Amino acid sequence: MKLRIGSAFLIALLAAGVAWAAFAPLQAQSRGQLFEIPKGTWERRMKGDKTSVLPERITLTLGVRDVLLLRNSDTVPQMFGPVLIMPGQDFRLPFAQAGEHPFDCTAHASGRMTVLVEELPSPGMARLRWRIHSLLDT
Amino acid sequence: MKRLLFAGLLLCAASAGAAPALKSGTFSPVRAAPEIAQRAADGSDFRLSALRGKVVVLEFGFTHCAAVCPASLATLAAARQKLGAQADRLQVVFVSVDPERDTPARLKSYLAQFDKGFIGLTGTLGQMAAIRKDYGITATKFPAPAGQDGYQMGHSSYLYFIDKKGMLRALMPFGRPAEEVVHDVNLLLAEP
Repeated sequence: MKLRIGSAFLIALLAAGVAWAAFAPLQAQSRGQLFEIPKGTWERRMKGDKTSVLPERITLTLGVRDVLLLRNSDTVPQMFGPVLIMPGQDFRLPFAQAGEHPFDCTAHASGRMTVLVEELPSPGMARLRWRIHSLLDT
Repeated sequence: MKRLLFAGLLLCAASAGAAPALKSGTFSPVRAAPEIAQRAADGSDFRLSALRGKVVVLEFGFTHCAAVCPASLATLAAARQKLGAQADRLQVVFVSVDPERDTPARLKSYLAQFDKGFIGLTGTLGQMAAIRKDYGITATKFPAPAGQDGYQMGHSSYLYFIDKKGMLRALMPFGRPAEEVVHDVNLLLAEP
């Protein structure tokens, strides 16, 4: 009997958690997502190192995490699209529209970077999926 | 009760300290906008540093541009209209990336179609390349689409915002409405 009550309680708790994740409004402490170009990136690139220091594709979500924050910690200026970011400088780019934004980027081995900006997920499965992905990413 | 009051005070202090954000992409720390000294399309001597006290928006483009440059210039002209009495405190400077075809006369008459207050800059290939280098601008020549003569130029479509103190503050991507330009210009004008 005790086992049944315990199981029922756990199931109810799990259901409440899933319902919260699917329907509770999305909030973020900061809307910025920081990406840093580390010191020595240019030097390594000049030596033929093809390792990417930034992801080739970045996904942002309107209203929750819709500000791209790029930090150039390298010792030389870096280009992100048309933006020249000096050593020690941050560039904060807010996005207001969903869509795919390709940029040229000198910090990438491929020279390209794509920022995908998605709409705020609606309550239900979309929001639940967003929370799960967000949890897995951290 | 005391705790509640303290929390309220903290909240007020935090809200008072939170300055409204620009809608453009912003730099931190900011750096001085590289100086531009060039003969303007109207024949006058232009110096960027002489515009301290105004907000300057730089656009890099060319007069044969079919889509991007005219759209951005129209947006900037609309923004100046929306600024009303403050319009004179915004100076738009159009820097040619195609000095081979953008003669001073052509540039002057082209810009006047949008707003007679816009300043156009063109010069030798070397002079214009030096300006582009300072701002991290690339401009690439490529053949015009089939059926059209000449060539086109691939170039940055961002707008460069320089504040009243001559600091390069922000970059606005192409396609943002005039209201967002006005929003950012007003914020920069309101700064001490």
